Amino acid sequence: MTAKPATGIPALLKTAFINALIALVLFSLMVGIRTEAGSDGQLTYWTRFGEVAALVAAVFGGSIVIELLKQWIGSTGAEKLVPPAVQSGMSFVGRYLAPALLIFTLLVPVIFYNQRYILDLAILVLTYVMLGWGLNVVVGLAGLLDLGYVAFYAVGAYSYGLLATNFGWSFWICLPLAGILAAFWGVLLGFPVLRLRGDYLAIVTLAFGEIIRLVIINWQDLTGGPNGVSGIPRPSFFGIPLDNSDDGLAAKLGIEYSPTHRIVFLFYLILALALLTNWVTIRLRRLPIGRAWEALREDEVACRALGINTTTTKLTAFATGAMFGGFAGAFFATRQGFISPESFTFQESALVLAIVVLGGMGSQLGVALAALAMIGGFELFRSLETYRMLVFGMAMVLIMIWRPRGLIGHRAPTVYLTKAKAISSDLVKEGHG
Amino acid sequence: MDYFAQQLINGLVLGSIYGLIAIGYTMVYGIVGMINFAHGDVFMIGGFIALITFLLLISTGLTAIPVILLIVLLVSMAITALYGWTIERIAYRPLRHSFRLAPMLSAIGMSFVLTNYSQVAQGARVKPIPPFITGGYTLHESADGFVIQLSNIQIMVVITTIVLLAIFTWLVSRTRLGRDMRACEQDQTMAALLGVDVDRTISMTFVIGAALAAVAGLMYLLYYGLVDFFMGFVAGIKAFTAAVLGGIGSLPGAMLGGLAIGLIETFWSAYFSVEYKDVAAFSILIVVLIFMPTGLLGRPEVEKV
Repeated sequence: MTAKPATGIPALLKTAFINALIALVLFSLMVGIRTEAGSDGQLTYWTRFGEVAALVAAVFGGSIVIELLKQWIGSTGAEKLVPPAVQSGMSFVGRYLAPALLIFTLLVPVIFYNQRYILDLAILVLTYVMLGWGLNVVVGLAGLLDLGYVAFYAVGAYSYGLLATNFGWSFWICLPLAGILAAFWGVLLGFPVLRLRGDYLAIVTLAFGEIIRLVIINWQDLTGGPNGVSGIPRPSFFGIPLDNSDDGLAAKLGIEYSPTHRIVFLFYLILALALLTNWVTIRLRRLPIGRAWEALREDEVACRALGINTTTTKLTAFATGAMFGGFAGAFFATRQGFISPESFTFQESALVLAIVVLGGMGSQLGVALAALAMIGGFELFRSLETYRMLVFGMAMVLIMIWRPRGLIGHRAPTVYLTKAKAISSDLVKEGHG
Repeated sequence: MDYFAQQLINGLVLGSIYGLIAIGYTMVYGIVGMINFAHGDVFMIGGFIALITFLLLISTGLTAIPVILLIVLLVSMAITALYGWTIERIAYRPLRHSFRLAPMLSAIGMSFVLTNYSQVAQGARVKPIPPFITGGYTLHESADGFVIQLSNIQIMVVITTIVLLAIFTWLVSRTRLGRDMRACEQDQTMAALLGVDVDRTISMTFVIGAALAAVAGLMYLLYYGLVDFFMGFVAGIKAFTAAVLGGIGSLPGAMLGGLAIGLIETFWSAYFSVEYKDVAAFSILIVVLIFMPTGLLGRPEVEKV
């Protein structure tokens, strides 16, 4: 926390002491005095000096460790080009990691058939992988910082929830509709923000997400307000229900019914949706529109100078990303059977964005790994419910400081002369856009 | 008409609070060029520290309200300023020359940290305080019995805001620090070459912004009589809207935008619907950015190639 790197033991202790002193002031009132409203509405307080002492001691010890680590690592010059050894290693891993992961994922329901908890967690992870890949189109490829992605997720979920409960439409009709509606909202959001850049865009998308959520909460006639929509039908296997009835899939196949069948079906459903997202994104990247997105991310002014229509480029990015968000939302609704505005808070947007950024913004594999790490990490902290978001926030700050470019922070060019050469994304100077 | 006048008063008071927070956004944006997403939460921390200081002072048996208020003001400003300084040091300074999304994301993370830190440290329940400053003036009483009230607390909020703004304007336009800040805003490299300590100036910007947010937190506590850990998020977005509306980077603009947002929100609640007041505020942000991206008093952004 202090300006100059400490050298020698006295300087080290001095730094740690100053940091501890700062921590003492910061924590003295906020942690040392715990306030609570009593039953008569009167505020009472009690002191917690032990906790303050522990925190200050932790800061003292922590800053010594950090200073020592800094000296131990030394001043590493930023490597601009990924070294050849690392590069070949990475390309080796990159070549085989993705197929290996895919095969493993395909086998998950077979391996963990009797472990409902793992299957549920896997479905959750895949939902976030899909959301991450969807947002990746907007943030990673087109470079448009979208803080309101959860709005499209909500539009998709509510489209399916309302259409299914009010009109009894099947999941397979509603799924494309949810995508189309979400894409429509994406364009609707895209239009006003076309001229905005960077941070402004982020705030407007954030406001948009909040508007959608507030409208859902307050438009009680349609959405049920804070109570949400319940009794959303489960998906059918292309018309054949997955239940215990005589028409059910189990009966038709002549096997014994088990509730796990539905979970396994949901697992493969979201896996298929996520892979569709991935496939479409990879294909689009090689089409002119995908190249235009990436060009837009690197330099908007140059883009315009070269005659790329930035309006359509941005709008298609928003619409494509939103469509996948809508698909994921419809899946979420059918999986939960119940949706309420609480599932679509800003925290969700931030979580998906964190997945995309941690994944390296534009790297499909990175996003999948980041989703696994993030959601898995969340599960680890499930027992510490109140500390979960605190740890998440800290992780976000630390990741940004440690690796602002994410886990897989290199850019793999789609066009090359003789041989693809991955460059560190530190080299890529991003324009405004 | 009387109803209108009453809402006008309420709106101006609310707008003063937003304006104080908006100054923090606009200053940081002007100098560092980033949206300090955690600023709304710094405001919330300021409110909590004011609350705790109040409790401590009352339990010591102090009864002189002006003395209590002054001590609370100074303590919450000082500690919250230290929070602002620490946040900049930990989360933003290492990223100053990183790519443009990095500080923004770090700020979002910091905002989560602060929100959940105060939830963990102080609990999730709303913390009320008894009204300290009571009484007020009846400005006008109409025939049908509607009364326009101007409470002492409202007077205090507006006067404090005006005094702080005067001090702040003097600070920016007349002191060495203000000159450094304006220099950094124009060109950090050139300012550094001419002997301005850029790091220190940026730190001071965060310190001043946090101190003003603490005052806003105290005013909010006194005016509404409660704080909770989640109040920073919405207040932060609205204050940012105010900063954009006034023209980001412009200090009088931030205050003007704050007043405008406060008035719009109050009138919207009074004449249309309370439920959609936040929607109104956010919609204004979008509309302003579409039609007036530079805001009311902002300078047009020059596009450099």
